[in-house]
Amino acid sequence: MTGPKLLSRRKADRIDELAQGGTSLAKDALRRMASNPVAILGACIIAAFVLLAIFAPLLAPKDPFIPYPELQAQLTPTNIPGPMPGFLLGSDQNGYDFFSRLLAGARQTLIVGVGATIIGVTIGMIIGGLAGAFGGWVDTVLMRFTDILLSIPSLLLAISIAALFASGNQWTVIIAVAMVCVPVFARLLRGSMIAQRSSDHVLAATALGVRRRTIVFRHMLPNSVGPVIVQATLTLATAIIDAAALSFLGLGDTDWRRAEWGLMLGNSQDLLSVKPELAFYPAIAIIIVALGFTLLGESMREALDPKNRR
Amino acid sequence: MALLDVRDLSVVFTRKRARPFTAVDNVSFSVEPGQTVGLVGESGSGKSVTSLAIMGLLPKRGAEITGSVSFSDTDLLTLSEKQLRDRRGRDLGMVFQDPLSSLNPVIPIGLQITEVLERHRGMSRKQARVEAVELLGRVGLPDPGRRVSEYPHQLSGGMRQRALIAIALACRPKLLIADEPTTALDVTIQAQILALLSELVSETGTALIMITHDLGVVAGLCDEVNVMYGGRIVERAERHALFATARHPYTHGLLASIPRLDAARGDKLIPIKGSVADNIAWEEGCAFAPRCPNATDRCRNEPPELVPDGAGMLRCHNPVAVAVPEGAR
Repeated sequence: MTGPKLLSRRKADRIDELAQGGTSLAKDALRRMASNPVAILGACIIAAFVLLAIFAPLLAPKDPFIPYPELQAQLTPTNIPGPMPGFLLGSDQNGYDFFSRLLAGARQTLIVGVGATIIGVTIGMIIGGLAGAFGGWVDTVLMRFTDILLSIPSLLLAISIAALFASGNQWTVIIAVAMVCVPVFARLLRGSMIAQRSSDHVLAATALGVRRRTIVFRHMLPNSVGPVIVQATLTLATAIIDAAALSFLGLGDTDWRRAEWGLMLGNSQDLLSVKPELAFYPAIAIIIVALGFTLLGESMREALDPKNRR
Repeated sequence: MALLDVRDLSVVFTRKRARPFTAVDNVSFSVEPGQTVGLVGESGSGKSVTSLAIMGLLPKRGAEITGSVSFSDTDLLTLSEKQLRDRRGRDLGMVFQDPLSSLNPVIPIGLQITEVLERHRGMSRKQARVEAVELLGRVGLPDPGRRVSEYPHQLSGGMRQRALIAIALACRPKLLIADEPTTALDVTIQAQILALLSELVSETGTALIMITHDLGVVAGLCDEVNVMYGGRIVERAERHALFATARHPYTHGLLASIPRLDAARGDKLIPIKGSVADNIAWEEGCAFAPRCPNATDRCRNEPPELVPDGAGMLRCHNPVAVAVPEGAR
């Protein structure tokens, strides 16, 4: 596990551990991430995004959901007002404060991204966990089901599901995006559960007469969730992009007043010649947030990789 | 009355589109309460599969197990998985080869002891924790009160194996199977672990099956030794008899291949020629014949039977001659 070169470093770590009174794999991984600049950058982007999303109503200089007469007065088919006193980024095509709507969009995007990922992870883990714990025909049936889901291109699947539900609120998008990531999590958890099932320590626990339930929940599951957590972080990025894509295509929220970056992007496509910023800012916001989750996820994968353990 | 009586145990691995492979072939031996029995052989001789079959840990599919394994008058092979789970850990314990991979990395070692105590001895979590600290102390872990809440990666190799022994002996099983418990450890630690095992085993009256390829381990620990080759027992002897008068050419080869401190400088080690892969099937003749210095045509064509030989058992047509001691004439 460790070369002689690394011994002194390892000893230093040991002393750290002793000082803290014990450590765990999670703490270990956190410590490695804290010394990785990429992880810190990712974490900062995510932290900023989450704070903006939570405090959007307090931070927004204007109410994002009502039109302002002074903006509407200047609206013409060929002119959308730019920055002016009180309105940092000017107006959008409907006379709303564009900057406040961008902030409100952060919250909406977070809700959709996190909601879709949580639902996807939960369903995926139930399917993968059952398949990995039981094996046999349970495994075969569940895995063929996920194979079917996986065989359909993800965006096409999301569009089909969104069209099927078409309830015209944000839940359509959340469910559609969640269903797309279900098979990924199911396969991931099943794979690592199966690897765990044939591992020495599970065999040792079986040799001690430990109950099946305990083996699954205490010995197999906790050792299998690492890759799932990493994938969930990475999925947050794709979920946000997928959700934006669905909104862009008009399959999400039908309420055009709701501020959502994908929707804002979609609604501004006719106005690129009039005010390109209307498309530019939401697009940049989506890219930065997706980048943040990707950086965080990748560095988490690195930190949890046993090959990188000292 | 033997504690464990293995009769004609065979394990055949059946694979799709491949010839069935007989890993264990009509193995019979017994273990008395408190006795230490060695199973010795090279990799692939079937010793680990024998132990997994006794514990009922072989996969249900793909492994055909025949014969009987009576443990305190119950045939373990006829028990359901549920009944087996009740016995494993309580009546039968097992210590594995690699102490790091045999411990769950994400939970403290204390919890891995208490879960067994709670399961088999019906202790409350609190009682079990007190007992766990005591057990860790008994296997010689320094500062057990703190170690109990540490994770496997925080312990050294020797300490991990001590912890595993503590877990296996937590419920004072009647039989402990140790599958190469010292292979992954330093030589100095090996001696400590072996001393600990034999001490605990005699203290608690636990019978021990010691699986090893290391005759040094056998010399220090076992009352009786079964030498396995190609899935069959080829020689059985009391420990001293084995080292003094090994009869089977294979046992002889194993003994000759041990490096000796008193050998002259420049003396080469004497390996056993060839590898297990050279084996012929036992049905055709003696599986060891292709590697055996004493092999004759009879060895290649007529499988030898396991027959009584002196105080032990031997499966060989042309055993190594015993120098009969002068006084015995």
